[in-house]
Amino acid sequence: MRAYLVALVAIVARELLRFVAQRGRFLSALVRPLIWLLVFAAGFRSALGLSIIPPYATYIPYEVYIVPGLCGMIQLFNGMQSSLSLVYDREMGSMRLLLTSPLPRWWLLFSKLLAGAVVSILQVYAFLGVAALFGIDLPLWGYLSALPVLLLTGLMLGALGLALSSGIRQLENFAGVMNFVIFPAFFLSSALYPLWKMQESSQLLYRLCTLNPFTHAVEAIRFALYGQANLAALGWTIAALAVFVALALLGYTPMRQPSRGLSRRR
Amino acid sequence: MTEPTASAPPGLAVEHLSFGYGAELVLRDVTFSVEKRRFCALLGPNGAGKTSLFALLTRLAMPRAGRIGIDGLDLAGAPRAALSRMGIVFQQSTLDLDLSVRSNLSYYAALRGLYGRDAARRIDAALDRLGLRDRAGVKARELNGGHRRRTEIARALMHGPQLLLLDEPTVGLDPESRAEITRHVHALCETEGITVFWATHLVDEVAPGDDLVILHQGRVLARGVAAEVAGDRPLEAVFLDMTARSA
Repeated sequence: MRAYLVALVAIVARELLRFVAQRGRFLSALVRPLIWLLVFAAGFRSALGLSIIPPYATYIPYEVYIVPGLCGMIQLFNGMQSSLSLVYDREMGSMRLLLTSPLPRWWLLFSKLLAGAVVSILQVYAFLGVAALFGIDLPLWGYLSALPVLLLTGLMLGALGLALSSGIRQLENFAGVMNFVIFPAFFLSSALYPLWKMQESSQLLYRLCTLNPFTHAVEAIRFALYGQANLAALGWTIAALAVFVALALLGYTPMRQPSRGLSRRR
Repeated sequence: MTEPTASAPPGLAVEHLSFGYGAELVLRDVTFSVEKRRFCALLGPNGAGKTSLFALLTRLAMPRAGRIGIDGLDLAGAPRAALSRMGIVFQQSTLDLDLSVRSNLSYYAALRGLYGRDAARRIDAALDRLGLRDRAGVKARELNGGHRRRTEIARALMHGPQLLLLDEPTVGLDPESRAEITRHVHALCETEGITVFWATHLVDEVAPGDDLVILHQGRVLARGVAAEVAGDRPLEAVFLDMTARSA
């Protein structure tokens, strides 16, 4: 049992060390949401009228509305980036090292997921810290109550990336992932606009938004940041986590007749 | 190279292994075995199926048919026990270049279930082996190609494996480092008593006394002691003849 924990701690520590070593990655993870927050939101705030919807108890400026969505975006990018580095061979060697450990694969993949989620949470708190410096702050307890939810959403989005990395070879570059995963997930969600706004425009798009796991991740984060639990959103996020983990496990189980796989990548 | 005997299981036994992607077969009925404490070279041109064979041996992929035995353990039946007896050096470097040599070693130790004083002792021993005890804090990026490979080999030996698998470990090295690594692993085989399985497409990495398996287009063309396979001609000429004839 101790060997399991030692491996888990080592995998998380390695991810943290790498994150610290790659300052550029940290910087871009921080700058991206800040541009949305400080530029996009500033230009957009007058265009979008928000009514009072839970969890907000009062009228809120637009930049306050999009904070949870941007937290989700950070985790979405982080999940996709780590999966892409796998697809793209940069990390394939280290994945081989991981998978040839004598520990069970499900544990190794879980450790990898947890490591990614921990890094994404650090990014989120750095972002919230900078946002607070610009006067966009949240209730104090919200920073704490968001932590377990961020862990859940971080795992879910990381599992999505892992499932994609194991199953899809067509996402050859980051532009492909941007177009086919990140943009649809981000724009077809409640990250930038409340869903009732979307419903006024298109019933179909509204339906898609409600089916999007990222919407539920964002809503779970939004409520948690105000010390509330959105049980429906949490339930959806957990269900999505289960599905993506199952797909990732399936994808990283050695197969007798692979169409592609670790063995083929060189 | 002998057939498996009932008394002592071979260090590595591969029996009737087939593997492919879709309709394309990459390995066809591959059979050979390596006795314990022997150095066996897997010689084949690029695209012969060497890397696929390594994926099967390290359980990154599963064969369509056939069986792999590691030190008497069935890889499919007892994968974790079998993996724990292997040290693996992949063709592509698996060092974290941004991390220190020591961090790389301790990460590996943890993945292999080593911890505490035992892990520390093994890490120090590996550093001593590399002559890097004083420079354990340098980033792996600062090591030259030969030293990086040496580090990966020392790392692969940290948990005391019985079988060391190396997939074209000299790719990308200058001739001097290449010869040095080849010599180093031959010596390891003798002094540490481990079984070595070394894939290469370079004939000069095979010593006359090594076991040899020649793989071409997914089939075993020859197996035996290198000097015997070569006969009275240079191994290079024999290898080129064989691979040209069956192409």
